[in-house]
Amino acid sequence: MQWETVIGLEIHTQLATRSKIFSATSTAFGAEPNTQASAIDLGLPGVLPVLNEEAVRLAVRFGAAIGAEIAPRSVFARKNYFYPDLPKGYQISQYELPVVGRGQVEILLEDGSVKTIGVTRAHLEEDAGKSLHEDFQGYTGIDLNRAGTPLLEIVSEPDLRSPQEAVAYAKKIHQIVRYIGISDGNMQEGSFRMDANVSVRPVGQKTFGTRAEIKNVNSFRFLEKAIEFEVERQIELIERGGQVVQETRLYDPTKDETRSMRTKEEANDYRYFPDPDLLPLEIDAAFIEAATADLPELPDAKRARFRADYGLSDYDANLLTASRELADYFEAVARICGEPKLAANWVSGELMAALNKSERDISDSPVSAAQLAGLLERIQDKTLSGKLAKQVFEAMFQGEGEVDAIIKARGLKQITDTGAIETMIDAIIAANPAQVEQYRAGKDKVFGFFVGQVMKASAGKANPAQVNELLKRKLQG
Amino acid sequence: MQNKSIAELAADLRLRRYSSLELTRHYLERIERLDARLNSYITVDAEGALAAAERADEALRRDAAGPLTGIPIAHKDIFCTAGLRTTCASRMLENFTAPYDATVVERLAAAGAVVLGKTNMDEFAMGSSNETSHFGPVRNPWDAARVPGGSSGGSAAAVAARLCAAATGTDTGGSIRQPAAFCGITGIKPTYGRCSRWGMIAFASSLDQAGVMARSAADAACLLDEMAGFDRRDSTSAEVPVPDYVDSLDDDLHGLRIGLPKEYFGEGLDPGVARSVEAAIREYEQLGATIKDISLPNSPLSVPVYYVVAPAECSSNLARFDGVRYGHRCEHPASLEDLYTRSRAEGFGAEVRRRIMIGTYVLSAGYYDAYYLKAQKIRQLIAQDFRRAFEEVDVILGPTSPTTAFALGAKLDDPVAMYLNDIYTIATNLAGLPGMSIPIEPVAGLPVGLQLIGNYFQEARLLNVAHRFQHATHWHQAAPAGFE
Amino acid sequence: MLWSLVFHSGYWQNPMSLDCTDVAKMAHLARLAIDSGQCERYAADLSNILDLVARMDAVDTSGVEPMAHPLQMAQRLRPDVVEESDRRADFQALAPLTDNGLYLVPKVID
Repeated sequence: MQWETVIGLEIHTQLATRSKIFSATSTAFGAEPNTQASAIDLGLPGVLPVLNEEAVRLAVRFGAAIGAEIAPRSVFARKNYFYPDLPKGYQISQYELPVVGRGQVEILLEDGSVKTIGVTRAHLEEDAGKSLHEDFQGYTGIDLNRAGTPLLEIVSEPDLRSPQEAVAYAKKIHQIVRYIGISDGNMQEGSFRMDANVSVRPVGQKTFGTRAEIKNVNSFRFLEKAIEFEVERQIELIERGGQVVQETRLYDPTKDETRSMRTKEEANDYRYFPDPDLLPLEIDAAFIEAATADLPELPDAKRARFRADYGLSDYDANLLTASRELADYFEAVARICGEPKLAANWVSGELMAALNKSERDISDSPVSAAQLAGLLERIQDKTLSGKLAKQVFEAMFQGEGEVDAIIKARGLKQITDTGAIETMIDAIIAANPAQVEQYRAGKDKVFGFFVGQVMKASAGKANPAQVNELLKRKLQG
Repeated sequence: MQNKSIAELAADLRLRRYSSLELTRHYLERIERLDARLNSYITVDAEGALAAAERADEALRRDAAGPLTGIPIAHKDIFCTAGLRTTCASRMLENFTAPYDATVVERLAAAGAVVLGKTNMDEFAMGSSNETSHFGPVRNPWDAARVPGGSSGGSAAAVAARLCAAATGTDTGGSIRQPAAFCGITGIKPTYGRCSRWGMIAFASSLDQAGVMARSAADAACLLDEMAGFDRRDSTSAEVPVPDYVDSLDDDLHGLRIGLPKEYFGEGLDPGVARSVEAAIREYEQLGATIKDISLPNSPLSVPVYYVVAPAECSSNLARFDGVRYGHRCEHPASLEDLYTRSRAEGFGAEVRRRIMIGTYVLSAGYYDAYYLKAQKIRQLIAQDFRRAFEEVDVILGPTSPTTAFALGAKLDDPVAMYLNDIYTIATNLAGLPGMSIPIEPVAGLPVGLQLIGNYFQEARLLNVAHRFQHATHWHQAAPAGFE
Repeated sequence: MLWSLVFHSGYWQNPMSLDCTDVAKMAHLARLAIDSGQCERYAADLSNILDLVARMDAVDTSGVEPMAHPLQMAQRLRPDVVEESDRRADFQALAPLTDNGLYLVPKVID
């Protein structure tokens, strides 16, 4: 039987606010346990929540970025359950009336086509604390620094049909939240966490199969692997005559498998109701206008513009718009050197390779856009060959200084003086009569030998085009 | 001293007729001598009170006194007080001392008030008789065999017995007004949002409101002047200007339109209480008011609605008491589940557990619409009744409670009978309106309360209407035997 | 007359009845330990309360907007400013069991 995979994602992204969503406590990462947990975050008796304006502003920006309706009135609800990292015994979230309504994003599929993925909703909520299960001999330690950190939960439609689509969608959301500056998207620090609802059904069947929810995946690679495993597990189960159970599963990267969480999920009954400590959140046109006035160009628009204005390929345009910082870098290089295609090749080639190798981000690049543009100008004015330019780039990446200084210090200036090249060629022809004979007898391959000899004699600095042209003339005699 | 009004005490303190230290010692001595009969205090803070009194005297000497400087008051033990334990009359918080003050506590302290201690109450304010306290029941100063009402029974008894000049209370379904009626004092529950809920331990967040229990409307106005006002720490705090409540106390009542809801005078109302209320209404006619019969057709449903809304909110509000960060924790928990279930079962008394269970039930899957949502809709209808009524009248009058104080233990085993005691007070909380209870002619030696309900943020009008009555009558001056 | 329905609470037409299974389920959700001996009493008390509550059924509420809150106000927003400082020592002085700044609970197994 042919199976179709159906996936929906719930993404929790931490909003980049200074203080928590309902208290004036710092959200800085990495503090000593419970030193960033105020009376409100600890749920002490008599304390009350007051909503952080910035969290609302950031949610509105996201809504605008995915073309969603911003609810003029949304409501905070309590999700009631007991867990030691949930101090109040309920999580303040949004249930029936979320702040961001239906929107959509486009993802690029492997075959180059574009697919639209629906975003059902996005709502504001508070994060829980952290449970530490190691090192306390029979006890679990609770750190509530993270409790109350603002999250935007972004819920997709079940529009995704493969692990690859799920990853493309997740990356797209990740790209958007970073573009519009609402989250740092830092996955190691838990600022971007994904839950995947996965089900399978026979191709052609209209209704959905029973889904399992894979919780708390924090890397795109694990997301893909977890869904792949889960899809196989479900198909195998059904083909053996079994039934998928609606449950929560965890992905274990060390074993590359998902396993059922043995909590009594069926007994969960969250008893949502409007939080009586908070009033309806009303957002008017002026608030939306102020929150979105400085929204940057979004990835899709930027990609289209890069293709149209700079004549870039789909591949390059996609790659160079991966992040706002990268796109800005590329545009700066292109503007200074005036050769967008050359700039694109260098940014997506040498620069990205060097950054990846040294595990650095574009924002920490040791070579600035102006420096790279300076290098490209030396290629354009033929001071440097492509090969020499790579050497200079490496030196710049190691922090050896500016382009011209490196060229000078290493004597890397390209030899373009025809007379000097001719002198070298003459000497080589004189020293290799046998090879000259072979070439003249029609053995074209020997030409490469002569090029190599000239480049060797010039320590790689002779202009390759000139070498080719002069050699041809001289060898023909 | 204990029979003087707050204005008189403040004047005496300013004129150095006696010091705040003397006044405070006087109250502490009375508490020491008399409170064993009542059990109205959970915690008496003699040391803190005397230190505050000395500071008050110092301020008086420097002519830097605030309106309440040196006046000894008490706080219901539901308001958090930094450095002084706050129990909510529960074993759960038997040893809990909040590291912060409630806004109400902070404001009264800033006005110079001296805190004598924390008063007894129904556990987590759940009760109408003050019998659910972990620290034992409070007795009614007028008859020790009877309840003082609840949940602010300790504050009511302490004020009636002259064990403080005035006290704070909270009112979720009648918890200020009903004990005020049972103990023969004046109580005001302001409009929802008028006083900050910050630091006031939540029972039902959409209904809870802090207020004052005093011997007169004038005394209540003195405290409310300081307590009321916007607080940025409470999202439900109203940004509505606070008038001077003392200023308008003497305003004339001619032309005042009083509404009498027919639903408040029907079956179930004790005939003696009814006669007393009717006599008070005649007094108002003497004072120049006009009387109009009105109807609040949905108000009989306020009890059923309340027993959905309040338990639902309480079941969630009390989930934080889990034995992890503060409060009671059971001995040797075998597992997390055991820690939760035993700490909570041991820490909460029977009535609290009952309401948590009901609240859990009405919010649970499959029942939400039938109970919670339905209750929210009827709540709307109840509020609409009042909105319509206030188009025609300025103040609504009726009994505070269907009967006078009942005997200790009489309703303890019948939760539903206990709940019906608040039948006249609950609708006000559901609508969020301000309400008062003032003492009128007693029945068989027991106090009777007249309830006054005003439109939103009309506390000044209510206090004025109460004060004019107290100016013309003497019921509010009566003191229970043995506590004069 | 509704009053009499409310006052004579013992005589409902269709009494709600909760049994021990319901009580156990609520007790679990609310994390309250209940002895098996208390179960009948709880079931009876809760059933009586639900009978009282069931009086709401008599009212037609179609088209009525639910009222979650007494005030017709909107949520106020707080500026994004850090005002709290570290008070861990004060707060953990209230805690039954802590170690190295962490609150401790019996080991959670998932």
